[in-house]
Amino acid sequence: MAAAGPLRPFLARAVPLLLLGAVAAFPLVFTKPFPRHLMIMIFLYGALATAWNILAGYCGQISLGHAVFFGIGAYTSTLLIREAALSPWLGMLAGAAIAVVGSQLIGYPVFRLRGHYFAIATIAVGEIIQALVINWDWAGGARGLFVPIKRPDSFVNFQFHESKAVYYFIALGLLLLALGVTRWIEGSRRGYFFRAIREDQEAAASLGVHVAREKHWAIAVSAALTALGGTFYAQYVFFIDPESVFPLSLSILICLVAVLGGVGTLWGPLVGAAVLVPLSEGTRVWLGGGGKALDLLIYGALIVLIAVFQPGGLVGLAGRFRRT
Amino acid sequence: MTLLAVAGLTKRFGGIVANRDISFEVRPGELVGVIGPNGAGKSTLFDLITGVTRPDDGRVTLDGRDITALRPDQISRLGVARTFQKLRPFHQMTALENVMIGALQSTADVGAARRAAEEALASVGLAERAHAHARALSTGQRKRLELARALATRPRLLLLDEVTGGVDQGAIPGLIRLVRDLHARGPALVVIEHNMQVIMELAQRIVALQLGEVIADGQPAEILRHPRVIDAYLGESWRPA
Amino acid sequence: MEIVNFAHGEFLMLAMYVAFFAWLLARLDPVVSFPLAALVLAGLGWATYHGIIRWVLGGPMLAQIFATFGLAVFLRSAAQFLWGVDFRVVSAPLLGGRASLGGVFVGLPQLTASVAALGAFVALHLFLARSETGLALQATAQDRQAAALMGIDTERMFALGWAIGAGCVGVAGALLTMFFYVFPDVGAAFALLAYVTVALGGFGNVPATLLAGVIVGLVEALAGLLIAPALKYAVVFLLYLGVVLWRPQGLFGRF
Repeated sequence: MAAAGPLRPFLARAVPLLLLGAVAAFPLVFTKPFPRHLMIMIFLYGALATAWNILAGYCGQISLGHAVFFGIGAYTSTLLIREAALSPWLGMLAGAAIAVVGSQLIGYPVFRLRGHYFAIATIAVGEIIQALVINWDWAGGARGLFVPIKRPDSFVNFQFHESKAVYYFIALGLLLLALGVTRWIEGSRRGYFFRAIREDQEAAASLGVHVAREKHWAIAVSAALTALGGTFYAQYVFFIDPESVFPLSLSILICLVAVLGGVGTLWGPLVGAAVLVPLSEGTRVWLGGGGKALDLLIYGALIVLIAVFQPGGLVGLAGRFRRT
Repeated sequence: MTLLAVAGLTKRFGGIVANRDISFEVRPGELVGVIGPNGAGKSTLFDLITGVTRPDDGRVTLDGRDITALRPDQISRLGVARTFQKLRPFHQMTALENVMIGALQSTADVGAARRAAEEALASVGLAERAHAHARALSTGQRKRLELARALATRPRLLLLDEVTGGVDQGAIPGLIRLVRDLHARGPALVVIEHNMQVIMELAQRIVALQLGEVIADGQPAEILRHPRVIDAYLGESWRPA
Repeated sequence: MEIVNFAHGEFLMLAMYVAFFAWLLARLDPVVSFPLAALVLAGLGWATYHGIIRWVLGGPMLAQIFATFGLAVFLRSAAQFLWGVDFRVVSAPLLGGRASLGGVFVGLPQLTASVAALGAFVALHLFLARSETGLALQATAQDRQAAALMGIDTERMFALGWAIGAGCVGVAGALLTMFFYVFPDVGAAFALLAYVTVALGGFGNVPATLLAGVIVGLVEALAGLLIAPALKYAVVFLLYLGVVLWRPQGLFGRF
């Protein structure tokens, strides 16, 4: 598409605004639960993948243990409701804070490793935390925790049983927050340092970049945003257990979404979510039940193809077409 | 007055002594050449000075301050910049962005860093390649890119590892001019160089290494006459032009 | 070659299915069918190298990690799609019961598997350390360019490395079916232990891996006994993170 002269900057401004308008109007047009649920899942996975992308895509530290931060968010707010009757909104902030502290402790050993070995260590961290939670009776152990249902719907209680529209806008808010933070980092000094570390950390250090400190910043921001998603999930589903919020499969799913869309780009993770979530929900509805794993079969094949032919993801693919 | 002082540096890798009791000094604004055959320990010496590896023994001081135990990024922020023998550009970033990493040490303002980086790129003759990805540059251009990147940190001491290594003969005079230009901007330079003609042209003083030890330290003319240097190095590989 | 096969566990799972189906369809006991599993898996390893790995070798780290990760997800869900999520088991294997080793009772299948695994270790070590091909393989792993200059066909060496690695998994998987269920997710836990074991010992070092394997096994057993069975893997992983803090290159790694 070769937009002429002044049309191009106009389009660049207009298209995102139009999209945002369409997204805002969506729940008014689609009032059935399923399309709204679909969009909520796209926003949630888009936000999680965008958060992961800050650490992995920009800073080059490929974490396969991000479910840890998601689970921390879900468990913190839920336990605070039980123990202190605290509003999940405050629980959300507490969860993000604990995730940040946790990320710093985790970062200390794992950031000594590079590349594949870093990835393996983050899997190990995820497995340790999951095993600990499973065996932690006070936190519900393997049985998990219910979020006590409270009626009527209220914003303070973060519970909306009448309509999914409110969840829709909260999830959209989380996504926009994650995208906004990414955009801000991208244009800041820190974003440049992150990318330098991703490319070659020795060379970055030789130019004065404090590599360890920058990595710790990246994981802190990424963990906080991921934890927000965890609290949202708990308040959306009303039940959490180690199998649903701490599993390796969730960590992997978050990465796959980002990798498919395009790692290290602002929009890639969202694009990945917009493709994978409907695919996954669609095959589930179409085939009935998730037991056949057809969605994962297609994911897996897609990811291999992306890795081999287009490591830039779908966004990179689009860029290639635009240039030719 | 001394800018950099290396005293008794020793580094062993397993049973191999890469550097043994190396001592020399660099004054502000000086241009020192380091020569020696392959395996003489030249690049190890740079790694020790810049904190990439820790010495087993000895000290490195900058302006009288002991920097031996500092990390590479701390040493860089004290004003010591380097290039790598095996080039290490940030491949997926543009030339301009590569240089901005260096410039961002002295300013948090990305716009200011961009302007500083443009200037540094221009000073190495890469202005028109500013928006090319580093992986798209030729070897000679990557050498210039590394110089610009190091320069952008505003170093007081610049360590150059084999500026003319691996580039074709035609590019060498340009690179020599460039090193002279950089030197004229004020920093002291320590230059590792294989090409004897280049080093004789450039250096005010030469430190010769062999098997990890300093075997001579003096004016280029003295080095040429030094019996151990002739034995170790010049006798085999250098033919007077 | 500095590339981790994240589909290692899924290779193991496939090997187990090969042994299972050999038993189901042809009544071949795993003790008999393990060479078949080794062969099938070696073929799979070779194909994986040529179909996927060689294309991402020079690419970004991310592509390297996710190429095999995608393969893992694909193979696991393919198994689930084709064979379902049910646990399958080779019933009445040839070798059953227990043997007494100086008063300690050990399951005969486990004992057989241990002996076979040790045999595989020794064979692999001898192959790598003594044979010309093995040395060429090591040279290629250490420095591809230098090996190529010495006249080694590095492409073939890499493919061979993948075939041998997968073949070993074939042996392990087949023998494992003598005393373990087969299901699509079975590989995940084993693979993670395998990565941690290798990383603990130090990459590219067969005897160190064996030693690390013994350490991991002992820690796992002791943690299960003294702390809690459910936390035994967590303790192993914690040990790994502790070692990494102190020696990022692993216990016996060189770099």
